[in-house]
Amino acid sequence: MPLLKVHKLTKSFGGLTAVLNVAMELKQGELVGLIGPNGAGKTTVFNLLTGVYVPTSGSIILDKGDAQQELQGLKPHRICKAGVARTFQNIRLFKDLTVFDNVRIAMHKNVQYGLLSSFLHLPSYHREEKRISEATMELLKIFNLDGKKDEYAKNLPYGEQRHLEIARALATSPSLLLLDEPAAGMNPAETAQLTELIKWIREKFNLTILLIEHDMSLVMKICERIYVLDYGILIAEGTPDEIRSNKRVIEAYLGEDVGDV
Amino acid sequence: MKGTLSAQLIRKLILVVLAYAIVQLLISVNIINDYLQATLTTICINIILAVSLNLITGFTGQFSLGHAGFMSIGAYTCALIILKNPTTYNFLLGTLLGALLAALVGFLVGLPTLRLRGDYLAIATLGMAEIIKIMFINMDKITNGPRGLSGIPRFVNWTWLFIFTVGTVLLIRNFLKSSHGRACIAIREDEIAAETMGINITWYKVLAFVIGAFCAGIAGALYASYFYFIKPDIFGFLKSVDILVMVVLGGMGSISGSILAAILLAVISTLLQSFSEIRMILYALILIIIMIFRPQGLLGSREISLSAFNRLGKFFAFEKEAK
Ligand SMILES: Nc1ncnc2c1ncn2[C@@H]1O[C@H](COP(=O)(O)OP(=O)(O)OP(=O)(O)O)[C@@H](O)[C@H]1O
Ligand SMILES: [Mg+2]
Repeated sequence: MPLLKVHKLTKSFGGLTAVLNVAMELKQGELVGLIGPNGAGKTTVFNLLTGVYVPTSGSIILDKGDAQQELQGLKPHRICKAGVARTFQNIRLFKDLTVFDNVRIAMHKNVQYGLLSSFLHLPSYHREEKRISEATMELLKIFNLDGKKDEYAKNLPYGEQRHLEIARALATSPSLLLLDEPAAGMNPAETAQLTELIKWIREKFNLTILLIEHDMSLVMKICERIYVLDYGILIAEGTPDEIRSNKRVIEAYLGEDVGDV
Repeated sequence: MKGTLSAQLIRKLILVVLAYAIVQLLISVNIINDYLQATLTTICINIILAVSLNLITGFTGQFSLGHAGFMSIGAYTCALIILKNPTTYNFLLGTLLGALLAALVGFLVGLPTLRLRGDYLAIATLGMAEIIKIMFINMDKITNGPRGLSGIPRFVNWTWLFIFTVGTVLLIRNFLKSSHGRACIAIREDEIAAETMGINITWYKVLAFVIGAFCAGIAGALYASYFYFIKPDIFGFLKSVDILVMVVLGGMGSISGSILAAILLAVISTLLQSFSEIRMILYALILIIIMIFRPQGLLGSREISLSAFNRLGKFFAFEKEAK
C-alpha cells in the first residue's frame, strides 16, 4: 500500500471545477513534484489534502503501515494529527509572533499536559515546556534561524520566512510534507541551497514530500516523479525525463520553457 | 538556572504578600476609608473583567460585546444564594456556582456563535447579553424584575478581593504561557494556519469563552456582595462597552495593560463621580485620543514584568553613577 492514495478527487466552486478526478499515489519516502500552469488547480489539491477545502467527491487515504485513515471530510487539525503538514504559497506565518513561537506552537499536537497543568504549571508543564523548547531550538538550528529566535516572523527576509514555514510544518512531526512553491521569490543561489535542504530533511525526518514548484530547475533536479495538472485534470505522470519530452505537457506549457532545462 | 528561578518566584511571592499586607494595614488604620475601599473594589472587579475579556478578544481574537451578560449571571446567582442564607460559606459557594453557570452559558453560546467572525460575532454576543438581561427582568418572582435585588449581605472584603483578583489573573496568565494558551493566540494570528498546524480552533475558541465567562461570573458575584444592590440595567450594553474600553485602552493581548487600564479608569471615574455625564464624554475623548496616538493601546501586546522593573532600576542606578 502507498503512503498516500488519492482517488477521483474532485472540487467544484459553484460552476468552476478546479480539480477533476485526480488520482495520485505517493510511496513512503518519495519526493514527488506537482506542476502545471497558473490556475491549474495545484494549490486546490493541497487545500483538499489538508482539509482546508472539503472535496466535492473522491477519496484520500493515508496509510502509515500500522493504520489506514480516510482523510476526506476531516477537519484540518485532524489531518495534521494524522501526519500531513504543509506550507502555504502566500506565506501564512503567525506574523506578530516570534520565530521561536511560530515553531513552538506547531508542536501543540504532541504536548503531553492537560488544562489543569496549564493553569497551575504543575511539574508536567515544566517538563514538557522544556522538551518543546529544546525541540524547537533544534529545528531552528537546521534552518539557521536559531540566532533570530526572538525576532518577529514578519521582520524576517522573504527567503527566511519560507524556511520558517518549513520548520513550522516539520514541528508537527509529519509523515507527509506538502510544499507549495517553496522557492517562489528566491534567487538562484537561495534556490540551490533550498534544493539541498529539502533533500536533507527528507532523509533526516524520514519524510514523503509532495512539492508544487514553478522553478523547473528545482523540480527536475530533485523530484523522482512528477504529476502534471492542467485545467484541473492530470495530463501526465512520470520521471523528469519523461515529463520533459511529453507532448501534452509541452503544449500545456506552450511558451514556457520546460524542454531546455 | 533552577536556583534563580525559585529565587524569582520567592521574590514575586514576597511582593504579592507585601502588597496585600500594606493595603490591609492602610484599611485597618482607616487611611483607606470606606470611599476609597469602594474604589479599590471597583478596580479589582474591573481587573478581573478586563483581563478575562482580553483572553477572549485580545488573545484569542474573538470580538465579544457580551461580557456584562456573563457578569450578571455570577451576580444574580451569588446574590440569590446569600440573600437566602447569609454565611461566608454560602458566599463562596454562590461565587463558585455563579462562575460555573456563567461558564456554562459561555459554552452554550460559544458553540453555535463562534462560527461567526468579527462584527457578526460581536452582534451575536451583544444579543446574548441582552437576552440574559431580559430574562432577569422577566423572572420577576425570583429576581424582583427591573427593580432588582437589594440588601445583599456584604461578604466581600479586601482579603477575598485580593484572593480572587490575584487568583484569576494568575490562572489566565499561566494559561496563556502554556501550549493551550499559545493555541488561542495562534487562532488570533491566522485561523487557517493554526488549524493546519493541528489546533482544534472551535475547541479553543469555546474554551476561551468558557474561561472568560467563568472569571466574569466571579467578578459579578464580588460586585453583588460588595455593593448591596444589583438590577438588570447595571449589566447592560454600556457595561460591556466599559469592559471593552479597558481592554482596548490597555492593549489587546496585554494582561498588564488591562490591569493598568482598569486602575486608570477606576481612578478617573471616581474623581469624576459627581458629574457622571462628563465621565462618559471623557471616556470617549480618551478613547479617541488613544486611537489616534496609540492605536495598539497603552502597552500594545507587551507586558510589564518584574524584570522590566529590575532593568529600570539598573538603568537609573547607571544614570546616577554616570553623574
Ligand atoms: N476558494 C475558491 N473559490 C473559487 N474559486 C477558486 C477558489 N480557490 C481556487 N479557485 C479557482 O480554482 C482554480 C485553481 O486555482 P489554484 O489556486 O488551485 O491554482 P494553482 O495551480 O495553484 O495556480 P498558481 O500556480 O497560480 O498558484 C483557479 O481558477 C482559481 O481561481
Ligand atoms: Mg497555487
